[in-house]
Amino acid sequence: MTDSKKDYQKILASVQKPVIGEAGKTGTWSILKPIINLEKCIPVKSGKPSCYNCWLYCPEAVITRTIPPQIDLDYCKGCGICVEECPAKAISMEVVKTE
Amino acid sequence: MDIVEEEFINPGTRMCAGCAMQLIYRFALKALGPNTILTVPASCLTVLHGMQGFCSTKVSVLHTPFATTGAAASGIVASLEEKGLADNICVVAFAGDGGTSDIGIQALSGAAERGTNFIYACYDNEAYMNTGVQRSSSTPLGAFTATTPGGKIRPKKNMPRILEAHGIPYVATANGSYPIDLYDKFKRARDIKGTRYFHILSACPPGWRFDPKDTIYIGRLATETGFWPLYEIINGKFVLSQPSKKFLDPAKRKDIEQYLSAQKRFSNISKQDIESYRNYIRDQWNEIKRRLENQ
Repeated sequence: MTDSKKDYQKILASVQKPVIGEAGKTGTWSILKPIINLEKCIPVKSGKPSCYNCWLYCPEAVITRTIPPQIDLDYCKGCGICVEECPAKAISMEVVKTE
Repeated sequence: MDIVEEEFINPGTRMCAGCAMQLIYRFALKALGPNTILTVPASCLTVLHGMQGFCSTKVSVLHTPFATTGAAASGIVASLEEKGLADNICVVAFAGDGGTSDIGIQALSGAAERGTNFIYACYDNEAYMNTGVQRSSSTPLGAFTATTPGGKIRPKKNMPRILEAHGIPYVATANGSYPIDLYDKFKRARDIKGTRYFHILSACPPGWRFDPKDTIYIGRLATETGFWPLYEIINGKFVLSQPSKKFLDPAKRKDIEQYLSAQKRFSNISKQDIESYRNYIRDQWNEIKRRLENQ
């Protein structure tokens, strides 16, 4: 009896744990993915931490503020905001198959 | 760049692709930092936090019924004051436009009148997007929703003005397309004592009916046409924010038709409604000009 009560309390007062990918691999939502052309990317070209418009406007926070910027395609939903906001037009949407 | 590197939202949430609210939430949490307790009513934001057992955010969140956001925040503040933690921990209520301007307005008004020490942020996607795009009092004139198939016949409610009338120390408008401006405002608001109110325009691709890639562009158009001016009212002093400053000059504003025609929810808007938008924008900016001159 006490055990079942404990289980019952466990469910009611569950601890929410922060996890990456709460909704699963959201990268599977779209087959179109942003690919950065490093020859055009401003931080890569100048070698300085500048621009990062893709990092700034990404709602999903999958783009890193590094040189070169890395996109986590496992969780990128493929909205295409980074493509629109890149001032150097270095990002394009391409078909990438994720498992 | 002086924006905090640390992210407080983990990737892989349940939000739609290209959601401006997630961008707003991301930068608000960056500015507020880890010592924050959030309270969230039923809204798209509840969906972001996920199902039982797992959560996408790294800060504490209390989910409340729809009408009680302000009351729940008051309760959290009272308990923190009792424990002597109120100086370190910032209490933030984050609600949608329905939870703010329709259902939650009495709890919010009560909390603002009591001068509860918390931040109330309303992300305004201009309808009940979570339940399938129904009209709210924040839906603009002429917009198609599931409950206004011919376009809404009443204009948008001006919530910042209502909250300003409570005499609270800080009222600000922001826009998801200007994340740096939004970040600065949240940073500033965190250090002010008393009730602080944010009204943030959040473009919604499925509800406003545009392509997800245009989220930032559409939100920016709202400010560039003068429909959504960015300002702060700090202790009664009206301050126009940097992105909106140049639109004091009517010649620099883009035509409102550009903003309306970019969204399919306005596809059946009448000529008369477009004219009343123009009048609304003109009157709004005349008043901003008058306020800036008379203070």
